[in-house]
Amino acid sequence: MSAPRPSIELAQAVRSGARAAVDVVGEHLAAIEAGDGAVHAFNLVTAEQARDQAAAVDRMVAEGGDPGPLAGVPIALKDNLCTRGVPTTCSSRILEGWLPPYDATVVTRLRRAGAVVVGKTNMDEFAMGSSTEGSAFGPTHNPHDTSRVPGGSSGGSAAAVAAGFAPLALGSDTGGSIRQPAALCGVVGMKPTYGTVSRYGLVAFASSLDQIGPLATTVADAALLFDVIGGHDPADSTSLNRPSPRVLSVLDDGVAGLAVGVLTEFLEGAAPDVVARVREAAEACAAAGATVQEVSVPVVHLGLSAYYLISPGEASSNLARYDGVRYGLRVDAEDTVAMNTATRSAGFGAEVKRRIMLGTYVLSAGYMDAYYNQALRVRTKTIEGFDAAYACCDVLLGPTSPTTAFPLGSKTGDPLAMYQSDVCTIPSNLAGHPAISIPFGPGDDGLPVGVQVLGPALSEGTLFRVAAVVEAAAPPLLPLGSAGEVRS
Amino acid sequence: MKPGWEMVVGLEVHCELKTASKLFCGCRNMFGDEPNTNVCPVCLGLPGSLPVLNARAVEMAMAIGTALLCEIRPSTFHRKNYFYPDQAKDYQISQYDEPINVNGHLDLPDGTRVGIERAHMEEDTGKTTHAGASGRIHGADYSLVDYNRSGVPLVEIVSRPDMRSSAQARAYATELRAVLVASGASDGKMEEGSMRVDANVSVRRSTADPFGTRCEIKNLNSVRSLGRAVDYEADRQIELIESGDQVVQQTRHWDEDAGRTVALRSKEEAYDYRYFLEPDLVPLVPDAEWTNAVAAAMGPMPAARRARLIELLGDAGGRAESQADQVATVVDLGLDDLVTTAVAAGVTSALALARTANEAATDADAARRLDPDSYVSLLTMEASGSLTATQAKAVLADLLAAGGGDPAAIAAAKGFEAMSEDSLATAVAEVVAAHPDEWGRYRDGEDKLAGFLTGAVMKATRGQADAKAVGAELRRLRG
Repeated sequence: MSAPRPSIELAQAVRSGARAAVDVVGEHLAAIEAGDGAVHAFNLVTAEQARDQAAAVDRMVAEGGDPGPLAGVPIALKDNLCTRGVPTTCSSRILEGWLPPYDATVVTRLRRAGAVVVGKTNMDEFAMGSSTEGSAFGPTHNPHDTSRVPGGSSGGSAAAVAAGFAPLALGSDTGGSIRQPAALCGVVGMKPTYGTVSRYGLVAFASSLDQIGPLATTVADAALLFDVIGGHDPADSTSLNRPSPRVLSVLDDGVAGLAVGVLTEFLEGAAPDVVARVREAAEACAAAGATVQEVSVPVVHLGLSAYYLISPGEASSNLARYDGVRYGLRVDAEDTVAMNTATRSAGFGAEVKRRIMLGTYVLSAGYMDAYYNQALRVRTKTIEGFDAAYACCDVLLGPTSPTTAFPLGSKTGDPLAMYQSDVCTIPSNLAGHPAISIPFGPGDDGLPVGVQVLGPALSEGTLFRVAAVVEAAAPPLLPLGSAGEVRS
Repeated sequence: MKPGWEMVVGLEVHCELKTASKLFCGCRNMFGDEPNTNVCPVCLGLPGSLPVLNARAVEMAMAIGTALLCEIRPSTFHRKNYFYPDQAKDYQISQYDEPINVNGHLDLPDGTRVGIERAHMEEDTGKTTHAGASGRIHGADYSLVDYNRSGVPLVEIVSRPDMRSSAQARAYATELRAVLVASGASDGKMEEGSMRVDANVSVRRSTADPFGTRCEIKNLNSVRSLGRAVDYEADRQIELIESGDQVVQQTRHWDEDAGRTVALRSKEEAYDYRYFLEPDLVPLVPDAEWTNAVAAAMGPMPAARRARLIELLGDAGGRAESQADQVATVVDLGLDDLVTTAVAAGVTSALALARTANEAATDADAARRLDPDSYVSLLTMEASGSLTATQAKAVLADLLAAGGGDPAAIAAAKGFEAMSEDSLATAVAEVVAAHPDEWGRYRDGEDKLAGFLTGAVMKATRGQADAKAVGAELRRLRG
């Protein structure tokens, strides 16, 4: 059986002339118009440009050309991806009014593949958060239950896909920011191996951890999107110089003979209904011919602590440039230093300030070795810990998030509780490894559960094969809006 | 320098590399263009932009390392974090604890060996102009920032504290400049800021004493400023110590007009730059093939070229000092070939050196492009007497301006034909007849009137006569 691939079928219909891209895009714009008031997935809907771009796709088809593998497929972009002439805010006041003069490399690749950008999605400010409540423009709501968070920081992208506003979206993942919202919104989300997708044009949060990745309704669609955006980019020095990945072509190869390890540390802190879903997914792998065993990687316990030293350190430097001198917000004051201070005080939200202060501290003379450098040693240990696990397993299996979507406002007063939300996703970022979250039925509360598949560097092909098997075995999610009825 | 004291000087020299493009982007690296025209998302530090290392800049840094006999090694880049409006990202990408070049040295013409601790790569900042009476950021009405210089490649060359006088400091800066130019990495223009010098100065009573507390002096815009500032600072520190005070470790600013250094900030006020490994770049590991290719492409360094010229020119006959200056100028400007070609063609070494160091040097760029054959034929015409020195200089100026040409044709076009012996004799005779008093006094032994009579002949012939030939004719007539 072949994995479901709605975006791919949509593109094929447009390429063959069976469907007009303007109609496809028009339907999605109408859905956004009707539904985004309750969800607030988008910071900006680029309806006019989307219609123009769709018309251009149709003209190309009419003239006998091929607009590409994503012809006419609507896509939503996280608002930290630079789009030429279109506001890119990172959901921050400090970037108000800034129009990037260039497209991110991934945006260029999407346009060349025929995809149509329908808008820029909401996020935690500068991607720092796990609920999208950190946006300066108000939170995004989970389409499954609008009293719940969509996760974060790519909550807008995940909610847009879950709500049917766009079949595809891009997010960025520094500590789980694609996978965790994908899990909480019941969609597929994948963080690629560090260096496989160009970061050129991704507004940096923590450069050594950030990766752009796909969100989609199905594993096959995510695979195609990854194939389109991946591959070497000379504009990003950390981009791996290797041929473009091709995961779509191996998607149906199955898992017979693969060794799947269930990561015990990830099960320990997870809710019982989430753990039960992970075990069901493991059984599905075994039924498809994989060998399944429990595996321990003790060092992942240290991941969260190391992450909250490394990522703020880098962020404190990356976010220094928002000083009111060249672009974005400027709050005038009597001299330059006072202007810098006034601008940054007014332009950044509380969580961003917290992390800048934390990061400045951990890089300071006298503290760097105890904190930042110590965290780098944990990072090395994390890679070694995974290496040991991958000596006996091809992939690891665990939950994406320890819980399903939590109520809006329930963790905003307790940053440490919020940070715990990424405990299962952070280790892959520290190691630079790929990982994918696949929706696996509802939890006891009726909300989506995400199962995560982790693999060593450049194991995307294997990862997607396992993901396709997990997807095929997954119980269906409840219809949007019905999770509340389960609980009542 | 007060007796009983020794100064200790180490220099940090920032050298802008003369690459076509910037260190981390493709923007033009060009001094003096319209402000903010050579900029892009990368060198403006726009959100989402990323640096990509310029391979040509790496080659030039390796050339500098080779010229300074450094060990060239695998290196990394760090971020140096501090807020300043002309710092586009509010951090500078610089090499920190793993620089590309370490442990070299530079020998000064007086034989002193100055150790080179490191020569590392970094990016330049933009340039801020403060409008208002002070010209500094404090008290400015507003400030303008030009990012054309933002991201221009620099190599910072850090010497060991091996200099003991302002003369040595000046000699080091002069020799280093010549080496940077010769290595092809820099144009060495201090006045355009492509070479910038900071001096670390301390004093002590005896060579056996440990180093004293040092001060770093910034804003040294010429070799002359360097010498003055170092002397001033050493004297200031000696006075402090002798009056019972202590030298405080400081960064100080050289005020050229006032001729003194003023405190900028103390060690306690020094920035915490929060250096950490630049995550947007990967380690730079040049292989042996690359470093060898860079070394193989380099010509000889100034010291070797000066030695070669002096050997070629032979005994200077008591003019050793002026010849050494002329040789230094020729090597500094890269005009060695003009001198060696002329001497090989039989032109006297004195003439070849003088015309090259004095006249060709006035437009060195054009002189380096000049066809050596036409230069040689010009000097040969002068040496044989068919052109006077004045005429030869005029023809050379035309050759340089036109980028070449046939000196004989230019001389002919200017009417510079050497006078025949007959017409020269006639011209002299006419002058003698016209000035009987002066001629009489000259004939009676008043030699200084030769100058008056020669001048009169030159005027009458509109400079066409050869002054030496006129003098000879006058002496012949006197008998």
